[in-house]
Amino acid sequence: MKFSDFICEKAIRAELTADTKDGVIAELVDSLLQAGEIGVDEKADIIAAIMKREELGSTGIGRGVAVPHTKHASVDKLVGTVGVSVDGVDFNSLDGEKVQLFFLLISPPERPGDHLRALENISRQLRDETFCRFLKQSKTTDDIHQLLEEADNNQFAS
Amino acid sequence: MSSTIITRIVTVRNPQGLHARPADLLVREASRHNASISLEKNGQRVDCKSILSLLTLGAECGTEMSLAAEGVDAEQAVAVIAELFDCGFFELEQAE
Repeated sequence: MKFSDFICEKAIRAELTADTKDGVIAELVDSLLQAGEIGVDEKADIIAAIMKREELGSTGIGRGVAVPHTKHASVDKLVGTVGVSVDGVDFNSLDGEKVQLFFLLISPPERPGDHLRALENISRQLRDETFCRFLKQSKTTDDIHQLLEEADNNQFAS
Repeated sequence: MSSTIITRIVTVRNPQGLHARPADLLVREASRHNASISLEKNGQRVDCKSILSLLTLGAECGTEMSLAAEGVDAEQAVAVIAELFDCGFFELEQAE
């Protein structure tokens, strides 16, 4: 599964302004709303669901990356977005470090495989130091989008 | 001095597969042991102490993998981790 299969280009956010966990999640969900991927009536519910999932265990998986996510019945396919925070946000990560790269995923409840494959792709690409570094240094949504495209074309990790 | 490698076949039992939460539990448990611990799926072998590596397996429910540990506490490591797989990482009864 490639980034282009689930990352909504219009919802990508460089230079996130939020500096708290709640804030970042709200900002990213809002970007999906602005991009038309989720309905305005669903926004609060989705944010709540994602926060609830975070309570089970932080999705800050280390190396400055977090994968906040939830299942939600309002989507019929996996939708996702990418956000970059220049200063990093405290996310209660496994390694205690702040998070700069956020991959937020909302998946349809009856298709857990899609979510898993997205995680698989994200983690495989992020194992490449260069890809990780370039993403964190991205200043514009175009930068990010281009990096994701290059990753999809196997220009980073194999 | 050579240490034996302890291996065991484990199966992913939780319905959502080995996603972020069970992978997190697995890493925490693996990191409590000195042994080097790895999981192998279809020829791809990854370090159980690295969550990013574990997530690259994309192991769905029903996937069989080979767990291997080498080192002083390899036996305990394999036993405890196999137990985690057997109980589906505590996800068998709850719907997420």
